[in-house]
Amino acid sequence: MKKNPLSLQLDTSDFLPATPEEKKELIVMRESTTFWKDAFRRFRENKIAMAAFVVIILIMICAFVVPNFYPYRYDQQIRGSEDLFPMQYSDMELKSIGKGISVFPHFFGTDAFGRDIAARTMIGARISLLVGIIATALVLVIGSIYGAISGYFGGKVDMIMMRIVDMIYSIPDMLIIILLQVALKEPLTNLFNTNPAFANLQSLGVGLISIFITFSLLYWVNMARIVRGEIMSLKEQEFVMSARALGAADRRIILRHLLPNCIGILVVTATLQIPSAIFTEATLSFLGMGVSVPMSSLGSLCNDALEGIYSYSYRLIVPAVVISLIILSFNLVGDGLRDAFDPKMRN
Amino acid sequence: MGSFPVRDGDRKGTGAKQNLTNEKLLEETTEGVDGVTSYVVKRVGYALLTIFLISIITFFVMNLIPGGPFLSEKNMAPNIVAALKAKYGLDKPLWQQYLNYMGNFLQGDLGVSLKQLGRSANDIILSEFPVSAKVGGLAILFAMILGVFMGSVAALNHGKAADHILMVISTIGIAVPSFVVASVLMVIFGVNLKILPTIGLKTPVSYILPVASLAFYPMAYITRLMRSSMLDALNQDYIRTATAKGVSRFSLLFKHAMRNAIIPVITYVGPLLAYTVTGSFVVETIFNIPGLGREFIKCIMSRDYPLVMSTTIFLAIILVLMNVVVDILYKVIDPRIKLK
Repeated sequence: MKKNPLSLQLDTSDFLPATPEEKKELIVMRESTTFWKDAFRRFRENKIAMAAFVVIILIMICAFVVPNFYPYRYDQQIRGSEDLFPMQYSDMELKSIGKGISVFPHFFGTDAFGRDIAARTMIGARISLLVGIIATALVLVIGSIYGAISGYFGGKVDMIMMRIVDMIYSIPDMLIIILLQVALKEPLTNLFNTNPAFANLQSLGVGLISIFITFSLLYWVNMARIVRGEIMSLKEQEFVMSARALGAADRRIILRHLLPNCIGILVVTATLQIPSAIFTEATLSFLGMGVSVPMSSLGSLCNDALEGIYSYSYRLIVPAVVISLIILSFNLVGDGLRDAFDPKMRN
Repeated sequence: MGSFPVRDGDRKGTGAKQNLTNEKLLEETTEGVDGVTSYVVKRVGYALLTIFLISIITFFVMNLIPGGPFLSEKNMAPNIVAALKAKYGLDKPLWQQYLNYMGNFLQGDLGVSLKQLGRSANDIILSEFPVSAKVGGLAILFAMILGVFMGSVAALNHGKAADHILMVISTIGIAVPSFVVASVLMVIFGVNLKILPTIGLKTPVSYILPVASLAFYPMAYITRLMRSSMLDALNQDYIRTATAKGVSRFSLLFKHAMRNAIIPVITYVGPLLAYTVTGSFVVETIFNIPGLGREFIKCIMSRDYPLVMSTTIFLAIILVLMNVVVDILYKVIDPRIKLK
């Protein structure tokens, strides 16, 4: 029977009790999830950040794993194969191929000393990543402890500590880094020569060690400020009050209760600090103050390439692209993490 | 860290603003009616203290280097070395050398270069600083103008193609180190296309490459900063009121929204100046520009003590002073902070 649309007569079948399937459809609640699961799910949905993350993993594999299997070493000078273009074979190598010996191609060519550029770039990426990660780890530890102490105790302690931070913040860091680099070179060389325990540190070169020292002296201030802000907002919460009422020592409260709650912001800040460290190291290596020959860093590779830039531009393009990729990927991952952890961006 | 380029500002711009605002608000609440004056006094005081600290650090670091300035040259008889040291006052105890130096400094005498005989540090600094200042100043100007412009365009076209393109360019721009930009630009324009000179600063055209390399990173950073702060400003209620009142779109953007949106950019000027100084080291080395940055690197390598001291303190004074000026300016411009 056709129902007249203007009629006010009710349809009684609408008033029958609902079936269980219909009841389920009405529930609009999401399934329960923890903070971490939610954050990582949001991170995974961010395609750009995921792509950048994959790029970082690939670069790390190339930097740490591949050089061990690669047929060429970074400091191996092959006579007769100097100044090759990418994928070009030298006369000696062509003769070997003619005889039937397989020669691994130089994907990015060789430099003026016959060293394979692909191998040097991979080692350079390894150095840059190491510097970034270790420097950031140092900054993380020093900065978070300093900021936690300053934020937790407040008052006079906080004021003095923040004044010190302000002063270190306003010191032009590059100036001091360069000064310290040059100043520490000879004392460190003497130290390495006299003390055999530092043997493998010596291969890194005094330049890099100086970079680590100066980073830990100057670069923790940003982290300290951020951690202090977080701690100051966290310490008013009830769990701190109850911990104190139960008689917990200050140190325990900071280490076991407050800092673990800051992990989100610590991770984000650390991830964004890594490209900053790599940036600085690359610039210093470019100026000639980073790694020492023959070890290569991406910055020093660019510096070497400048001399032959008219004829061999590829020597500059390869390390430049690699270092830009590293910095870009870390920035994108850091941005993605920050968005994932930020409760205001939840939809 | 910090003052260095990738002191990352929050994408929403609230990071940099928040740090500053919280600190300043903390100070504001404990000050009296003439808060601005006492703030200025306090900031200048801290600036002087910082400069003093830097001078001490520089002095003692330079003296940590064993060997001294005369050791790298051909082997000299010890009595000649002693005579040279006496002449330059290097045989006195460290603290006395320091006091002598600072005393002279305050009277305007910055010492004599040990390696470039006959030239005083004053000469060197005064002849090379204007060069660096020109390149740096132009870079800052272009970075700010272009950055603000592109950031506003991106904010106005939020979500559309222009926004996406500008964001991609600026994200890449903050990731690429300045020496990479400089080298790539040099390869493209100097080597392959051969249309721009790459060495020195003789003609006005030769300014293009160095200024462009130096301005690339800040321009990208300011674009992102401006875009996010402009988006924040455009979403505010007062913009809606103004649109309802019938204010023209142009006036809306440049009078109402811009004033608030530009505040984080002004906050960035301090780190921007620090970046320009350090960026000048790289750019001047690559393009062979006779500026203070290149001089600084050279004199550190050759351990020219007085020149290193003077250059470091000079650069530090410039940076710290500029930061103080920017902080004061920021306080004056943002009325929320001036009033209690």
